[in-house]
Amino acid sequence: MDWTQIGSALLLVAMLAFIFPRMRQAVKHSPKGSSQDWISFIIPLVAVIGFVILLIMMV
Amino acid sequence: MNHQNITFTSSPESVLATSKMLKNTYALLSMTLIFSGVMAFIGTAINLGHGAALVADIIAIAMLWFALPRTANSTAGIPVIFAITGLLGLGLGPVLNHYIAVNPSIVMTALGGTGVIFLGLSGYALTTRKDFSFMGGFLMVGMFVVLAAALANIFLQMPVLFLVVNAVIVMIMSGLILYETSSIIHGGETNYIMATASLFLSLINLFQALLHLLGAFGNDD
Repeated sequence: MDWTQIGSALLLVAMLAFIFPRMRQAVKHSPKGSSQDWISFIIPLVAVIGFVILLIMMV
Repeated sequence: MNHQNITFTSSPESVLATSKMLKNTYALLSMTLIFSGVMAFIGTAINLGHGAALVADIIAIAMLWFALPRTANSTAGIPVIFAITGLLGLGLGPVLNHYIAVNPSIVMTALGGTGVIFLGLSGYALTTRKDFSFMGGFLMVGMFVVLAAALANIFLQMPVLFLVVNAVIVMIMSGLILYETSSIIHGGETNYIMATASLFLSLINLFQALLHLLGAFGNDD
């Protein structure tokens, strides 16, 4: 394991420590979505997945 | 969901403020993307090493956490956002050099793909004007899990986990583009420098994840 991998690992640990309180805050205070709301998120997400598969087939 | 049933009566002032916010955000995002692209070109041209790229990324993230929130409400935020995006662009140098050596079309496809996904999702959020604030917790948990998985894979070195992490990053960054655009429209984000930083990070992470996926699956040899 070279020093860049150790540096990357330390950076990721710092990111996790930075994100953790914000994640808890967001989970507590985010409004709850209805099934209709989630469908409106899943539709573009499925389109993105399909597009990425298309890109993979192109290269 | 309760807030969906509320009828919003937007005043002309708030519509004007939202449109100004969107204009400022997209103008600054375009400029930072061009600057970041120039820095990425410099990073590839000087054959920047992985160590230097990591240092550039660490400085950029430190500035993002500590300098940007303190300066985002003043004009001092502009040079800070350019410094962050420039350093992140420079940090792309080694990854770009690697994929250019393998297959240059991967880089162009990932770049075009990132642009199409961004325009498509932004267009979707802007035309439907849906409120995606309910995704905040879900996206943050997803981000935390993916970072933990990326950390584990530094030690595990599993190619399958690497691909799964990148596929999940594509989905989370797509969600973040929807979330941030919706937040600008609905007045959740009123600072165009912070909005630019958020959208820029989504774009650069999306681009890198696409590069890795196309590099792994699109490699014929």
